[in-house]
Formats: sequence, C-alpha cells, structure tokens
Amino acid sequence: MHETAATAVAAGPAVPVLPPAPLKPGHRGVAADFASDQRAFKTATWHKAMMWIFLLSDTFVFSCFLISYMTDRMSTVEPWPNASEVFSLELFGENVPLLLIAIMTFVLISSSGTMAMAVNCGYARDRKKTTWLLLVTAALGATFVGMQAFEWSKLIAEGVRPWGNPWGAAQFGAVFFTITGFHGTHVTIGVIFLLIVARKVWRGDYDTARRGFFTSRRGDYQQVEVMGLYWHFVDLVWVFIFAFFYLW
Amino acid sequence: MVDVTSDRAIADVGDAAPPAEVPEVDLYHAKSWITKYVFCQDAKVIAIQYGGTAVAIGLVALVLSWLMRLQLGFPESLSLIDAEQYYQAITMHGMIMVIYLLTALFLGGFGNYLIPLMVGARDMVFPYVNMLSYWVYLLAVLILVASFFVPGGPTGAGWTLYPPQAILSGTPGRDWGIILMLVSLIVFIIGFTMGGLNYVVTVLQARTRGMTLMRMPLTVWGIFTASVLALLAFPALFVGCVMLLFDRLLGTSFFMPAIAEFGQQLDHDGGSPILFQHLFWFFGHPEVYIVALPAFGIVSDLIATHARRNIFGYRMMVWAIIIIGGLSFIVWAHHMYVSGMNPYFGFFFAVTTLIIAVPTALKVYNWVLTLWRGDIHFTVPMLFALGFIVTFVNGGITGLFLGNAVVDVPLSDTMFVVAHFHMVMGVAPILVIFGAIYHWYPKMTGRMLHEGMGRFHFWVTFVGAYAIFLPLHYLGLMGVPRRYHELGNMPFIPESAHTLNEIVTVIALIVGFAQLLFLFNLGWSLRYGKPAGPNPWRATTLEWQTPETPPGHGNFGRELPVVYRWAYDYNVPGAAQDFLPQNMPPSRAGVQTHV
Repeated sequence: MHETAATAVAAGPAVPVLPPAPLKPGHRGVAADFASDQRAFKTATWHKAMMWIFLLSDTFVFSCFLISYMTDRMSTVEPWPNASEVFSLELFGENVPLLLIAIMTFVLISSSGTMAMAVNCGYARDRKKTTWLLLVTAALGATFVGMQAFEWSKLIAEGVRPWGNPWGAAQFGAVFFTITGFHGTHVTIGVIFLLIVARKVWRGDYDTARRGFFTSRRGDYQQVEVMGLYWHFVDLVWVFIFAFFYLW
Repeated sequence: MVDVTSDRAIADVGDAAPPAEVPEVDLYHAKSWITKYVFCQDAKVIAIQYGGTAVAIGLVALVLSWLMRLQLGFPESLSLIDAEQYYQAITMHGMIMVIYLLTALFLGGFGNYLIPLMVGARDMVFPYVNMLSYWVYLLAVLILVASFFVPGGPTGAGWTLYPPQAILSGTPGRDWGIILMLVSLIVFIIGFTMGGLNYVVTVLQARTRGMTLMRMPLTVWGIFTASVLALLAFPALFVGCVMLLFDRLLGTSFFMPAIAEFGQQLDHDGGSPILFQHLFWFFGHPEVYIVALPAFGIVSDLIATHARRNIFGYRMMVWAIIIIGGLSFIVWAHHMYVSGMNPYFGFFFAVTTLIIAVPTALKVYNWVLTLWRGDIHFTVPMLFALGFIVTFVNGGITGLFLGNAVVDVPLSDTMFVVAHFHMVMGVAPILVIFGAIYHWYPKMTGRMLHEGMGRFHFWVTFVGAYAIFLPLHYLGLMGVPRRYHELGNMPFIPESAHTLNEIVTVIALIVGFAQLLFLFNLGWSLRYGKPAGPNPWRATTLEWQTPETPPGHGNFGRELPVVYRWAYDYNVPGAAQDFLPQNMPPSRAGVQTHV
C-alpha cells in the first residue's frame, strides 16, 4: 500500500526557509550555487531535469548522424545528387524546388507554436484549451510524418534505394533514409506521447495528481512543459537536418 | 580544513535543522513476490540483479580467456579451438568484459546500490524506468549469448568491430554473429540510457538535506561523472552500430569502400572505414573512464575508511574526476595512430592524451598522501585498494608509451598493447570491484565475507595478475603480435617466448580458478559469515547509518537523514569518536567541523 511512506513524508515538520547567504564572487560562487543543498536546479522537477539530460544525450546521437553524413559525402568520389532537383515537386507543369520540404518545415515549426501555447494554458489550468492545443500539435506532427511518408514513397518510386540511386553517390539514399527515418521516428513517438498527455489533461489527471499507469508517479502540469521540451527539440533537430541535407 | 562550506549548507543551522522532507518521494510498494524480487522497482534489488547478470556473463568471458590462453600456451598439444574460434573468443571476451561486465557492474550494480543510499535518497528518482533498464540490459545479454548458438557462431571481428572486415565473408560469424552483436549493443545502449538518466538526476536533484555536491562521497562523484560520460559517449557507438547494421543488412555503404572479395567486386562503393573508427573510439575512449572513474571514486572511499584518515585534497579529487571526464572526449584518435591520419592530428591527440596524466597522477599522489601516516588496517578491501593503486600506476606508465604517436607505432598490435590495457582497465578496475564487494557485502547481506578466503583470493589474484601481464609487456617489446592464433616458427620469436607463454597460461588458469573460490565465498558467507552489524568498518557515509541492515524498502525508515559534514571525518582532533558519521549533529560530535 502507498500510505506508509507517503504519509510519513507528508507529515514531516515544516522546513524553515534558510536565508540564502551571498555567494562568493567568481567560479567558487558558481560552484557553490550549483552544488548547494538538495538540488542543483532549484526550479526544475525531477522529470524536467531528466528530459534536459536525455535531450543532451539525444543531441549527441543526431550530431553523430549528421557528422557521419558529412564525412560520407566528402569521402565518396561520386557526385552528390542535386538537392533542389531531387526534392522538387511538379506543380501546374512546373518544377518547384523544395516545395514539399518547405511545407513540412512550416507545419513542424507551427506545431512548436501550438505546443508553446499549450504549455502556457496548462500552467493557467485551462484544461480545455490545453487539450485542444495538444491535439492540434499532435495533428500537425502527424501531418509532418504523413508528408514524409509521401516524400519517401515518391523517392522510392523514382529509384532511390539505401544502396543506390539514379543520380550519383550511393550514400545519398542511405543517409537520407537513415537520418530522416530516425527523425521521423522521434516525431511519431512525440505524437503518441502528445495524445497520452492530452488525454491526461482532459481527464484532469494533473489537477487530482492521479498516479500514472506504469510508473505510479503523480503528475502535474509541468509534464506538459516536459512534453514541450521534447517536441521543441525534435523541431530544432529538423532545422539542422533541413539545413544540412536539403539546402547544402 | 579546506573551505568547502556551501553557503546554503545545513552546517550553519547546526542542530536546529529539521529532518529531511522530500515530498515528491512516492515509493512503489511491491504487492506480490514477483514485484518484490523479480520485476522490482527498488534500486537495491535492481543492483543485485545487474550484478548477478554481469558476473554470470563475465564467467563466460573468463572461460573464453582460458581457451585462448591454452591455445597460445600449448598450440600443439592443448589446442581446443581453431583459428576462427580463436577470433570469436577474442571478440566475445573483449566485448563482454568491457561492456557487459565492467560497465554494467560499475554503473548498474554499484550505481544502483550506492547512489540512493549514499546521497540519502529513498530510491532512484524514476524507479519504473530503472527497472526497465535492467530488463533491457538482460535482453541485450541474452541476444549476445544467442550468438553462440546461431549457425556460424559469434562474430570474430575483434571487439572493435572494424569494417570492412567485420562484415566480409572471410570473418567468422559474418552471417548471424555480427548482426546479433550489433543488435545487442543497440539494445544495451537503450537500456543503459534509462539507467544512466536515473543515476544523474538522482545525484543532481534528490540529495537529502545538507548533502551538497561538495559533501558527497567520492564514490558517488565517480559514478555520477561516469554516467554523464556514458550518456554522451554511447550515442557515437549507437550511431556506428546502426549504420554498420545497415551496411550488413541493407547493402548501404556508410563504412564500406569499393572492395573486392575472393575476386568478386562487391556492391559497396565510396564509404569511409575510418569514419567507423572515429565513431567507435569517440565512444571507446570515454568508455575507459566510464570504467575507471567509478573505480577511482570507490577506491578513494576504501582508502579513507580503512586508513582512518580524511581523503587528501577532496576538492582536488573532485575536480580531477571532472577534468579527466572532460579530457576523455578529446583523446580518442590515439587509438588510431596507425590508421592513417594527418600528422598534426597525431600531434594534437598525443598532447591531449599526455595531459590526462596530470589529473590522474594528482589522484594517485592524493591516495598515497591519504595513506601517509594513516592508521592503515590491512583488511581485505584495503588490500585490494592498495593493489589497485600499484596496478593503475603500472598501467598508466605504459599508457605514456602508447600515447606518444612515435613510440606507439612500433608497439601497435603487439602484446604490449594487450598488457597495457589489461593492466589499466582490466585488472585495476576488477581489483576495485573485488575490494568494493568485500567492503559493502556486509551492508548488502548483514554478514562479513570470510576473511581467510578473501586474503587467499587477493594474493592469488594480485600476484597472479602481475605474473600474467608483466611477461606480456616483454613479449610485446620483442614484437610478438597480438590476435595471432599461433606464433609458429617465426625467426624473431625465440624459444624463451614460447616457454613464457606456457607459464602465463598455467598462471592464468590458476588465477581463474581462484575467482571460483571468491564466488564460493559469496555463497558460503551468506549463510555462515560472521554477523556484521550495521557499521562493521566504522565508516562515515550514509549507507552505514541505515536503521536496518540490509537497508529496507525506502532505505532510511521514517525520516531521511540530515547531513552535517563531508564524508571523511576520520580521527578529527577533539571528537568524541574516531569517525563522525555524515548525519551526526555537531552537538553530539563534540567538535565543530567546517565541511
């Protein structure tokens, strides 16, 4: 049962707030502040700190992918396919370069906007608005993944494979499918979790501090923000993929 | 005393400090036998699960090393494995020992057991994720073990898995082994990430009242920094494994250049094999410190406790750990001096490599100065700790040889390299692991390990390890190559080298069997060991101050301890007793300390 430890903790005496002494100047003050009592990050909850550190780790994953892509692109002797020709869409009989990617990028960046609004509404305890904004974010994310699927099938139909393509270096397809696939997986996972968080907000889980199904942890509205951290990160990564893969 | 008083630390309020209140802690309370002992969310049980699994798979690697030694020592009479199996044994021995044993045992095992107890937390911050971490790790181990049973056997690519040879058909285990190895590594990294996030956030955010970062025991500092390194280094291995897997399965050419095999031109074209080496060693070098930093931390605590002295230069020790961790990310290409590199890069990486010797040597000096005029108790943990210092210095000095690009080139791919890394990241951390088990076993079980068996285990292991690896240095200097199944009658290898190889093999078997005695001791003492009491070593850190031994669910009973001082108040002049636990209020300590 949950009672014993939880009540013991809750029943603890109130802690008098210690007046913070002035910090020493220079790095000693910084170190003392960071190393201070109980928490290194005073305003961050455990899950928020954890998400930041996870994102740092994930940054290294994407960096390694992108650096590997650059290395491969430099080491191959075959010419690299021209991005603005490969990623063009025929519209009214005219080839518009990067049209689809521009729309995809616009959709994903917009979803960051709705996500930020959802975080704000969450802290304002506006359950209805938060839920809707989360659902809109999820819908935009799903649209992005859908357009990516369209782009993949178009390229596959044109003969791009992980082991080769009609226009030049074999690494083009390999890198494209690996990196956009890995990013698309991130977006998909994000959409799933957006739906889960939206459901929790709608049901009022964060008002009643209802326990999560697996973790048995109580949630609060900061989880909307933590969800937002992940979502913004996925968007930020896309900006780099867009710049290095489509514009270069 | 060094001035490490944190401005917000509890020291200023003295006894007025109330018991710690950590309202976020909601423990998951097991409802059945299965959730209590199998799918358990308690870090202490997870630690034992991690430890047991790591030791079990480590035994497989131990047996593989026997097979290799028998082959090297007696290539004609006791050849149990052929050349292909020799490569498979080398690969699996290396990979298991480095990743599935050492990393898992230090971070998953000791990290899980010690972090919450030592920082005064009830559990890891996310127990459910922590539990998942173990089960994903177990899955990775099972996938790895499965590769012994698939057609063609495990991969024989060497533990570095360098392409192109790792996925060419001349390499044993090309069909299934390499795939399972890569998948297992990917799964391991996913599992580790779940655990590593827990270790880092628990240290940063879930410390008890008064436990500032600069009051943490060095054990926690070591494991914490190693977890950060792992979270930043494993991504490179992850990416390398994913792309190598695609090269093997989908026919991509990330790492595969245009290449002919048995006269056949393969479909690969234009990839960069050196890229894999960079990715691998960007992980691989921090990996050395992922194993070494927890060992540094643990050995500091063992030495301070068993020499009854405060650690010399605590602040310096902490910064040394952090600086070593930072530097470990900019030295990786010293593993690639013979791979072909711009000479200026070689120069850069040689310089950074040699700079690491500075903070490392600092730590060694501080350990020695801690021992200086200490009240040294030659307990079994202390013996292992002293053994570590000597061994680590030994391995560190040969590291200076190999870190210099010019000296490295002739020594590369000889037995000298084997001797170096076995000393510095094989024997040295393993000695710490043994010392740590002898030290904390009483807390984990309530009983002492048998002293006599422990001493025998130490001397056989310590002397034996030197008898095995010192000759390998000599063989390496003679030019005996590594990874050779059989030396044959090469004219530059004298008869004495073969005799030496025979001796080394015999000793390796003896040392190996001594480890079985240790395992027996673990089981025997569980039942027949002397009752330990709550604090047999009279240590200061929080895990020894728990109300129950072994610590119960939630670690500290009703109230979390309040910390008033650092972890190293041994033999404080004027104090009531020869050690002051971290949670002893100043009024009872009889003396005001400043840290």
